[in-house]
Amino acid sequence: MPILQVDDLSISFRTREGRIEAVKNASFTLDKGQTLGIVGESGSGKSVLCYSLLGLLPMPPASIDSGKVMFDDKDLLKASKQSVRHIRGNRISMIFQDPMTSLNPYLTIGTQLVESLTIHKGMNKQSARRRAIQSMDEVGIANPEKRINSYPHELSGGMKQRVMIAMALLTEPEILIADEPTTALDVTIQAQILRLIKQLQHEHKVGLIFISHDLGVIAGIADEVLVMEKGDIVEAGPVEDIFYQTRHPYTKKLLASIPNTSKPGKYRYKRDNTSSPLLKLQEVKTYFHKSHSFLQSRSEEIKAVDNVSLEIYPGETLGLVGESGSGKSTIGRSIIKLVDIHEGKVIFKEQDILSTGHYQFDRLRHEIQMIFQDPYSSLNPRMTVFDTLAEAISLRNKQNNKNITPEVIQLMEDVGLNANQIRKYPHEFSGGQRQRIAIARALALRPRLIIADEPVSALDVTIQAQILDLLLTLVKKYQLTMIFISHDLSVVRYISDRVAVMQSGKIVETGETEALFSSPQHDYTRSLIRAIPIPDPEQERLRQAATTIT
Amino acid sequence: MFRFVLVRLLQAIPVLLIVISITFMLVRAAPGGPFDSEKNAPPEVIQKLNERYHLNDSLITQLSDYISNALQGDLGPSFRYPGRSVTEIIFTGLPVTLELGLYATCFAIVIGLLTGLIASYRPNSWQDYSAMTFAMTGICLPSFVLGPLLILIFSIWLEWLPVSGWNQFNGDKILPSITLGAAYAAYISRLTRGGMLEILSQDFIRTARAKGLSETRVILKHGLKGGLLPVVTFLGPAFAGLLSGSFIIETIFQIPGIGRLYVQAAFNRDYTMIMGTTIFFATLIVVFNLISDIIAAMLNPRITYKGKN
Repeated sequence: MPILQVDDLSISFRTREGRIEAVKNASFTLDKGQTLGIVGESGSGKSVLCYSLLGLLPMPPASIDSGKVMFDDKDLLKASKQSVRHIRGNRISMIFQDPMTSLNPYLTIGTQLVESLTIHKGMNKQSARRRAIQSMDEVGIANPEKRINSYPHELSGGMKQRVMIAMALLTEPEILIADEPTTALDVTIQAQILRLIKQLQHEHKVGLIFISHDLGVIAGIADEVLVMEKGDIVEAGPVEDIFYQTRHPYTKKLLASIPNTSKPGKYRYKRDNTSSPLLKLQEVKTYFHKSHSFLQSRSEEIKAVDNVSLEIYPGETLGLVGESGSGKSTIGRSIIKLVDIHEGKVIFKEQDILSTGHYQFDRLRHEIQMIFQDPYSSLNPRMTVFDTLAEAISLRNKQNNKNITPEVIQLMEDVGLNANQIRKYPHEFSGGQRQRIAIARALALRPRLIIADEPVSALDVTIQAQILDLLLTLVKKYQLTMIFISHDLSVVRYISDRVAVMQSGKIVETGETEALFSSPQHDYTRSLIRAIPIPDPEQERLRQAATTIT
Repeated sequence: MFRFVLVRLLQAIPVLLIVISITFMLVRAAPGGPFDSEKNAPPEVIQKLNERYHLNDSLITQLSDYISNALQGDLGPSFRYPGRSVTEIIFTGLPVTLELGLYATCFAIVIGLLTGLIASYRPNSWQDYSAMTFAMTGICLPSFVLGPLLILIFSIWLEWLPVSGWNQFNGDKILPSITLGAAYAAYISRLTRGGMLEILSQDFIRTARAKGLSETRVILKHGLKGGLLPVVTFLGPAFAGLLSGSFIIETIFQIPGIGRLYVQAAFNRDYTMIMGTTIFFATLIVVFNLISDIIAAMLNPRITYKGKN
């Protein structure tokens, strides 16, 4: 007997461009204690589907066109607002993606936890508070009596997600909906949170609907899986069937897009022993000051990059990997002087970048180009693609303005964009296309060195795979040297020749990619690698079993 | 926190010094002097008066004398009201202006919050549009138009309220308070709407709804605190502005507050009186800005001041 039954559910949105069908004829069931994974890329309708179960969609613009959501012999779609509200947050709870923004910054953790109990269970404040402390303890928050008075900004990201989980489970719900609950977290924190969700679900016998774009995470947690594409459930079945007997071409494409970490890649690049490094960092230190105040002479120093030395040889791709706050992005920015370096030397083509004058540095800077994470905000929205690329080309080539158009077209072709799109503005392109434009912009200056700062992190897996392959092709074609900064070890393993692992401002380990991944020397590297979910149910279960023991 | 207040107070010193110097120079650059309107005064008498009030000294000496006296709380004697000091005159007008400002602020807050909340609860509905039309009208109508307009409607046509006065007739405080508060009510209304719409689109409001809270609780408990931050930061300068901006209303409605004294002082070239009121208003603005910053900080736990922790 399923606790939740969804029949033929269709949801559409009215927009200025017309009606968009977000979910088409979705049907599925959820049993007690079962985990249903919903996989899909952005825009597939997976979040809309789940919000509709709880009546959380703004209507209008959304409208439910057909279908039933049966819970406890009641159709949630037809029930009164009052009765849905009594179920929501009480018998069906939800955890959201970003714990940073999902908790109210103006109220203490305690206030936010207690109100669920006072409202749904009619408890008084004292006993609700005791229960809240107990559940904070249950989700592994140390010192809950003290923490309960904290404001969200005083907790780390992982802690906040623990609070969200505590909040969701406080009322002993029958169903828990988790919408990408670990996507915003670092990989080691993700592993902890996943383990916690799994354990609590087991203890409380909750039916879990787990939404994710990450097939590795789904492989580890789900019993049943729905694959969604553009509003359709294209494939549904037990997790093993989805992964081992894939039927639908879209699911196959998703699986093929995952950068394969278990198979060793080909080592493409051979370093020429006679060549000297293109870029050399010598004991670089970049510190930030936490506060500035003219009355306060001493302020707290944050060592974002702490004594880092690194050499990058012409033609190689160096992966710089680490968790948030490890200083990997700051290194990239320090190299092109976007942030000031305190101490140390950055030597590019045998010249010390820090001691060169402005004019000289501007010319050197042409040879070092950056690609940023967010293609939405790093392109100027008021410039057409042509303007963006032409500006970069004219920087390099100030005299000759006639040949700009053919050059722009050449660049567009290089990055796989159609040349007849050059008059369009960034918002007319998709995320992947925008990242292609950003790459073209970097290439326009004919750089020697490319610093790519999380260039695929904002993209869906299938798009991510395309961009990674494009980068590999371009590196080969133009003999580029690249520093590839990422938090995602699978991606780094796929693209890099050599990898440097960072932790709290220091490089803890460097090595050739396969050597580093197959026999990591440093404890931190080992824990990072162990934390990666494997997109294969059996191997993922083995990995989880192995990590819980250690 | 203490350090923050201290820093802000120290920052106020150069601000006030600059205000004093500029007003001092401007007042003296204006043609005419304080005793020019005395009829048939023999030149010797004017000369004596100028000497008595040190008006023959160099400007720099006058300025530095004035500043050092002002630092000791002495704003000098009034040129037009012999025998009374500026401080004394300001403090007789102050209670009236304060009372007027207080009523106007209450009117502005109540009306502004109410209309703003209604507008933000149903954006782009007819309630929203009518509230925002009201707000735009309030911002566009200057008080010297609104005041006479209200007098015309409520005093002359409907004969509900007195035309002018203060503490003389029943209800004579209503029209000036509304006239003074209207523009601020309009600003508060727009700020409330904007702030609430911003907050209500945040993720944590979605969390609050997902917890099954009633819409009233979502708005009042989870939305209001953050949504009103822009309003609170506006209130400090607004209150100071209400006090110092009351001179038009005080003139229209014949109210014996500082505002009217200020206008008269300017016409009379009463140098010390102009200086005194200007300094007083400048100080008010600085102080109320500081107070509203402190309140905003208390509402927002993410702002911490050096010295705390």
